[in-house]
Amino acid sequence: MRKIEVLGSGCANCHRLAANAGEAATIAGVEAEVIHVTDMREIARRGVMSTPGLVIDGTVVSTGRVPSAGDIATWLTEQS
Amino acid sequence: MTTVAIPRLRRPRLPLPVVVATVAAAWLFAWVVEAPLAGWVTFTALGLQHETHVGEAVGFFLEDLPKVLLLLTGIVTVVTLIRSFFPPERVRPVLAGRGLVPGAFAAAGLGIVTPFCSCSAVPLFIGFVEAGVPLGVTFAFLISSPMVNEVALVMLWGLFGPWIALAYMAAGLTVAIVGGLVIGRLHLERYVEDYVWELQGTAAKPIPIQLSWSDRLADAWVYTRALVRKLLPYLLIGIGLGALIHGYAPTDLVAAIGGRGNPLAVPLVVLLAVPMYSNAAGTIPIVQALLGKGMPLGTTLSFMMAVTAISLPEFVILRKVMKPQLLAVFIGVVATGIIAVGYMFNVLVS
Repeated sequence: MRKIEVLGSGCANCHRLAANAGEAATIAGVEAEVIHVTDMREIARRGVMSTPGLVIDGTVVSTGRVPSAGDIATWLTEQS
Repeated sequence: MTTVAIPRLRRPRLPLPVVVATVAAAWLFAWVVEAPLAGWVTFTALGLQHETHVGEAVGFFLEDLPKVLLLLTGIVTVVTLIRSFFPPERVRPVLAGRGLVPGAFAAAGLGIVTPFCSCSAVPLFIGFVEAGVPLGVTFAFLISSPMVNEVALVMLWGLFGPWIALAYMAAGLTVAIVGGLVIGRLHLERYVEDYVWELQGTAAKPIPIQLSWSDRLADAWVYTRALVRKLLPYLLIGIGLGALIHGYAPTDLVAAIGGRGNPLAVPLVVLLAVPMYSNAAGTIPIVQALLGKGMPLGTTLSFMMAVTAISLPEFVILRKVMKPQLLAVFIGVVATGIIAVGYMFNVLVS
C-alpha cells in the first residue's frame, strides 16, 4: 500500500491536493492511503517550506503547488 | 482495492504557443476597447450626464471594473510565471550565509519576487530560522513579501504611471529593510517559540523540484482564476466605494480627513486600515478614487501598505511561531515604518 502524505496547515489548497491524490490513486490503479500532516514541526523536518507539499512513500515530490490528479498518477506509476 | 489501471486520456491539446498567443491577443483587444465602451454605455446607452453624481459614479464603476479585472488577470498570470522561478527553497540558501545588514537588503528584495501564501508563513519562518537565516533577515522577508506585491506594483504602474509604482516599491522596501534591521538588532530570539529552535539543523534538505513550461503555465492560469474568484467581492466593494468617493464625496471631506490640513492623517488612515484586509490589488480602486479627490500621496500609500501588511489572519497564523511579545514588536515596527514613510512622502511630494 502506497503512502501519500499531504503536508500543510489545512487551507483550501491542501484539501484540493488531498482530493487530487485520492483521484490519482484511482487513475493509477494503486492502493494508497492519503494522510494529511498538519504538524508544523513535522513539515519543517521534511524540508518543506512552501505548503502544500506532497510526499509519496517518503519522497518529497512537490512543494508550493497543487499538481493535478493526472500528474500525481504519473508519479505513482513511475515510482513503484 | 485492486483495479485495472486505466490510462487517463488527455484531452487533445492545442500547441502551447497558439493558446498563449490567442489569449494575449484577446486581452489586448479587450484592454483597448473597454474604456470607450464603458463611456458609451454610461453616457449614450444609459443617457447619464457628465458632472452629475450618478453619472460620474456609474461611469467610474463601468470603466474601472473591466480595467481592474483585465490588469489583474494579465499581471497575476505573468507574475506567477516569474515567481515559479523563485521558490523559497531556492531563496533560503542565498539568505542563510549572510549577516544581518546585507541579508536584510537581499531578503527585502527577494520578498518581492518570491510567492508568499499566508498559509506558508509558518513553514517558511521555521525553514528560514532553522537554516540559520538571522531573525532580522527573516522578518525583512516577511514584511516585504505580502506588502511589496508585484501585482500591486504593475497595477499602480498601469493606472498611475511609473513614479507612483516606484514610490510604493521604495516605500515598501524601506519599511521592510528598516523593520528587519530594527528587529534584528533588538535580539528578540528568545521570543520565538522554543520548538522552532529545537528544530535547527534537523530538517531535511529541500529537494529541488523540476517544473516544465506547461506546468508553470498551468499553475499560473489556475492561480489567476482562483485569485480573481477570491478577489471579486473585494474588487466589487473596492470599486463600488471608489465609484462613490469619485462621484459623491465632497473634496472638502476627503481633504478634512486625509488631506494636508490634518497633521494626524497618516496614523489615522493606518489605524483605519487595521481591520481591513485585502490583497494589494483590491485596494487599488480605493487608492485611485482617494488620489483623484486630492488625498496626498504619502497618506494614500500608507493606507495601501497598511491594508496589506497589517493583516489579522496572517498574525493569527504567525502566533504559532512567535510569542506575543515578538508579534507585538513586529506589528509595531511595521506600523511605525508605514507611518514614517507616509509622512516622508507627503513632505517630499509637496
